[in-house]
Amino acid sequence: MTDSKYFTTTKKGEIFELKAELNSDKKEKKKEAVKKVIASMTVGKDVSALFPDVVNCMQTDNLELKKLVYLYLMNYAKSQPDMAIMAVNTFVKDCEDPNPLIRALAVRTMGCIRVDKITEYLCEPLRKCLKDEDPYVRKTAAVCVAKLHDINAQLVEDQGFLDTLKDLISDSNPMVVANAVAALSEIAESHPSSNLLDLNPQSINKLLTALNECTEWGQIFILDCLANYMPKDDREAQSICERVTPRLSHANSAVVLSAVKVLMKFMEMLSKDLDYYGTLLKKLAPPLVTLLSAEPELQYVALRNINLIVQKRPEILKHEMKVFFVKYNDPIYVKLEKLDIMIRLASQANIAQVLAELKEYATEVDVDFVRKAVRAIGRCAIKVEQSAERCVSTLLDLIQTKVNYVVQEAIVVIKDIFRKYPNKYESVIATLCENLDSLDEPEARAAMIWIVGEYAERIDNADELLESFLEGFHDESTQVQLQLLTAIVKLFLKKPTETQELVQQVLSLATQDSDNPDLRDRGYIYWRLLSTDPVAAKEVVLAEKPLISEETDLIEPTLLDELICYIGTLASVYHKPPSAFVEGSRGVLHKGLPPRTGSIEGPESPDTAPSGEPAADQPSVIPTQGDLLGDLLNLDLGPPVTGPPMATSTVPMGAVDLLGGGLDSLIGGSGSFTAAPSSTAPTNVGAPLGSGLGDLFDLTAGVGTLSGSYVAPKTVWLPAMKAKGLEISGTFSRQVGSISMDLVLTNKALQVMSDFAIQFNRNSFGLAPAAPLQVHAPLAPNQSVEISLPLNTVGSVMKMDPLNNLQVAVKNNIDVFYFSTLYPLHILFVEDGKMERQMFLATWKDIPNENETQFQIKDCSLNAGGDGHSSTALGSCASA
Amino acid sequence: MIGGLFIYNHKGEVLISRVYRDDIGRNAVDAFRVNVIHARQQVRSPVTNIARTSFFHVKRSNIWLAAVTKQNVNAAMVFEFLYKMCDVMTAYFGKISEENIKNNFVLIYELLDEILDFGYPQNSETGALKTFITQQGIKSQTKEEQSQITSQVTGQIGWRREGIKYRRNELFLDVLESVNLLMSPQGQVLSAHVSGRVVMKSYLSGMPECKFGMNDKIVIEKQGKGTADETGKSELGSGKQSIAIDDCTFHQCVRLSKFDSERSISFIPPDGEFELMRYRTTKDIILPFRVIPLVREVGRTKLEVKVVIKSNFKPSLLAQKIEVRIPTPLNTSGVQVICMKGKAKYKASENAIVWKIKRMAGMKESQISAEIELLPTNDKKKWARPPISMNFEVPFAPSGLKVQSRVDVRGTHPMPWREEDEKGTGAADTVSSPSGWSESCTEKPGGDIGRCHLGRQDDRRGWPGGHEHT
Repeated sequence: MTDSKYFTTTKKGEIFELKAELNSDKKEKKKEAVKKVIASMTVGKDVSALFPDVVNCMQTDNLELKKLVYLYLMNYAKSQPDMAIMAVNTFVKDCEDPNPLIRALAVRTMGCIRVDKITEYLCEPLRKCLKDEDPYVRKTAAVCVAKLHDINAQLVEDQGFLDTLKDLISDSNPMVVANAVAALSEIAESHPSSNLLDLNPQSINKLLTALNECTEWGQIFILDCLANYMPKDDREAQSICERVTPRLSHANSAVVLSAVKVLMKFMEMLSKDLDYYGTLLKKLAPPLVTLLSAEPELQYVALRNINLIVQKRPEILKHEMKVFFVKYNDPIYVKLEKLDIMIRLASQANIAQVLAELKEYATEVDVDFVRKAVRAIGRCAIKVEQSAERCVSTLLDLIQTKVNYVVQEAIVVIKDIFRKYPNKYESVIATLCENLDSLDEPEARAAMIWIVGEYAERIDNADELLESFLEGFHDESTQVQLQLLTAIVKLFLKKPTETQELVQQVLSLATQDSDNPDLRDRGYIYWRLLSTDPVAAKEVVLAEKPLISEETDLIEPTLLDELICYIGTLASVYHKPPSAFVEGSRGVLHKGLPPRTGSIEGPESPDTAPSGEPAADQPSVIPTQGDLLGDLLNLDLGPPVTGPPMATSTVPMGAVDLLGGGLDSLIGGSGSFTAAPSSTAPTNVGAPLGSGLGDLFDLTAGVGTLSGSYVAPKTVWLPAMKAKGLEISGTFSRQVGSISMDLVLTNKALQVMSDFAIQFNRNSFGLAPAAPLQVHAPLAPNQSVEISLPLNTVGSVMKMDPLNNLQVAVKNNIDVFYFSTLYPLHILFVEDGKMERQMFLATWKDIPNENETQFQIKDCSLNAGGDGHSSTALGSCASA
Repeated sequence: MIGGLFIYNHKGEVLISRVYRDDIGRNAVDAFRVNVIHARQQVRSPVTNIARTSFFHVKRSNIWLAAVTKQNVNAAMVFEFLYKMCDVMTAYFGKISEENIKNNFVLIYELLDEILDFGYPQNSETGALKTFITQQGIKSQTKEEQSQITSQVTGQIGWRREGIKYRRNELFLDVLESVNLLMSPQGQVLSAHVSGRVVMKSYLSGMPECKFGMNDKIVIEKQGKGTADETGKSELGSGKQSIAIDDCTFHQCVRLSKFDSERSISFIPPDGEFELMRYRTTKDIILPFRVIPLVREVGRTKLEVKVVIKSNFKPSLLAQKIEVRIPTPLNTSGVQVICMKGKAKYKASENAIVWKIKRMAGMKESQISAEIELLPTNDKKKWARPPISMNFEVPFAPSGLKVQSRVDVRGTHPMPWREEDEKGTGAADTVSSPSGWSESCTEKPGGDIGRCHLGRQDDRRGWPGGHEHT
């Protein structure tokens, strides 16, 4: 047992010596030599030169030696494909060995040798092994199919291995079933369209039976596969849940988490009134808590998942606050995650306890942890109104400690508290101002500047304070610069007499001396606003701010639903969809929660809403500072993407989507802009960054040359839940001078629909159907029909609010349904509207001033986008 | 799935490297070394993503085990697998150390080939593995032996081999409980829970069918309903003795669906020692001890510590092997201790005063006082005040758990059962006689041997209450 000597071989002439030893007649010496070779291989030395000599040792009765040679082969066969052929005969022979362990070893190793010529020879032995009498060989062969598929997918299909693999799902041995499931799942993942797994109630039943009998790992494979199944109704979902719940008591945390995934997913289909639903909710809490007594690494995985579960179904763990209290010995990554969950669970009932804990944490040693604890106190204040006062006083205590990073964090959160409870805690401003000089982090500086600007009228020396920041304006980060600009403009509007000089100074700094387009644009907008109409400027800049939402750092709902389908996996640890970190075709398959299929009707709760729900119903999301790219990808650009799900899911890389998808939704959502041709189809999402910008610039030009090419993606106007199973989605388009409303009617009810008719309410532009709604055949359940309804503008006119609001009634044999939608104004624009520059300006002036409105596009972070947008908007106003 | 598995020593040198998937290259080995092992900052997460490659790592003493993947793998499974890998290695060659790994690298490669196929974990039960991964070569086996091995490795009872024979059938049960206590600085108990483990050592012949009972509320209620006429059980059913278990998890040998439907714990145990179940309770916990610490800072270079422990159980019972660990600051230069009972020592290498008491009866009190001399430091980082912890053995379970078990050995000649002498004290108090089961027992009832409960009490905040500045 002293293999360690192989790690310390001589340096020079080593390969030569090894060669001699490998060719030695003595068996023992040979084996020693191979061990030395493997040891060298392990530490990264290139021993590929010994290939023929090592392969010569393959023909042996000694199993240990054989395994070592195989190990060598797996490593180097690829670099020496021609030599690797030498090994084929032995493999083929070994696959016929009477000893099942050797047969399995041969087929297992052969699959790992990625040389085309070898794979050809592999087919026959593999076919035999898949039907071997010994389960050990069969379970190894099952995995080997996945290996072969990875090397040559076509070959596997041609040879019919997939069918054999499917047959193995019905094998009598549970481990063979489990490995077959694992292999099929992997192959299916690279062919998202193929119906490879073809799960049906019968095969599900087989899997559930095998679940009780196979190893812990096999149970994980099976549960992960089950989670991809879509039960046909709530009854089936319930019966699967019933058979999966015992797994929650397994000692293996991965089995538990995979079971939780299946339950969380299938629960979507169960009606909340069901007794079983409540039982299931109760059953989920204890195992989740138990995961927290596992080893720290697993605790981390569990906590990241609990974070998702708590967002999806807060009711499960709402009474378990205490288990998330931080323990002294917890590693820092566990502490930080626990803290996050504590905030999510904080409620009026437990806020006192939580605050007491947070206060303790704020005095701990680890800087990151302390920061997060301070921030958490602020979040509590925002979340639980009753506690706000206590939180603020706690924060003030912490500011008094004068610990630099504590003070800065506290100021950042106090800014949010001010946003949430305006005019309530301004008494603390004086204390904050005392710490002005100690702030060295951009976020804290920006927060403080915001506070000074917002409450400029109450701070006597606000101008001095802001002026002090102005000195090093160009050294500040963009965040601080933007904030400073806004704050000084606010100050100017509040105290115009004393601060004129200051505002001039900041505007010229921002517009003339800065290279940052964001800053420049914002500077110009303020400048123009202030110079044209100070009253309007006041209205815009000092407008009442919308309240910030109670929950912060929420994961965007569609992403959350997707991540719930990935419980236990890396995606749930990173809180990113697999497409954000997995290369190639794998993992891009978009997963979503199943819709509720029960017979429930009537008022739906927000969390049952399908992904097509209007953006307004979704909680607004404040992205965390310094959060991951994945979040940025989905959150940062205003309204969550409401279009078809593929808009985000097919994107291979994040940065591109940032412009592509974001723009789509931005333009499609607001509808009042014209857009460049290429932003219509989701295919353009992958377009390079440059063209995204190009599109944006095209916007201005687009006004004149509009050819009706832009069509916003269809959105759901009338969800099935509100219309007894009829789902209507649609969009508006303009083609060669005529307007049409493109509709998709989908029957999601169980009965046939017929006798469709449509009517519009009076609207601002007299939009009316030019022809009756023609649905030729009755619409069968689960069918959908696409209709293009021509529109004209000869209907009766009534000013709507907003202007482009359209109220629609649709009738069918079941009932009449009403919905309203916004149509993009560009569909009304005539093609011959082009006018000369001079004429445009003259016309513009002819419009009385009171008809002109100006607005600021807030937080428009698209580089150089501001100009493009504003001029387009102005243009459309004019032609309207 | 797992794309590769690497083992490093503390310097970041590779000891074992096994690649399962084509998408993992040799550069992954270096990426982990550079970004994690040699990273300047302390590791902030057990999962690291470097250049679209994810690394999962665990550390055992100074050995790093890292699993690598480029896919969206089941993260929980990867960690469970790494732990399992450690267990398997420990079972084969003892402690996981650089020396042991180097000495057994051929064996480790053989194991890795067997328990991970294309990154999918396969049967990793040591009991089964040891039947055919022996480092001796397996050519000598007969055909029957071979098929027995393969059917065991793939079979339903992968954790136990057939044909085990003992001259003396023995079964040991240890209930190990750790009481976790969270106290506010005012000495108020914020939360307390017991996490317990039932560890079984089985030396039984054949394929014994075991049943395990506990005074869990739900079980008792179920039994009470079903067999109210049986006196033996209705006595157990008297609610006073039952406890409410919040949750429990079981070794994979336990039939979970049966537990779910009938709350009965039945299984065929692996041979030797294993952890049968874990459980957690939060209600009605008896705290066997109270620890009351007082800390006084005398100037900048001196600390006075006084710790009182009070035993909080029946005076007739005895706690044993009590060990209290009182952490001391890192800049401690010397410690003087006085204790009324037992022995206390300052262990500089562990930064703690260790106070040991052999025996202590219930409702007693004992105290230790210490003067800690501190070196003056410029370190602004304050001392994190780690918690005081104590270990002890008591003849009852703080949670109130009681266990009973029944063994039914099939296919072997009935062996005379001999009860081992109970180790520890008062185990009889916790383990009820197996008579309650004997009626349904087909063969000779299995004697069960209770061992005392090992308790562990941790306060998170070791210094509640008594912190004073002078």
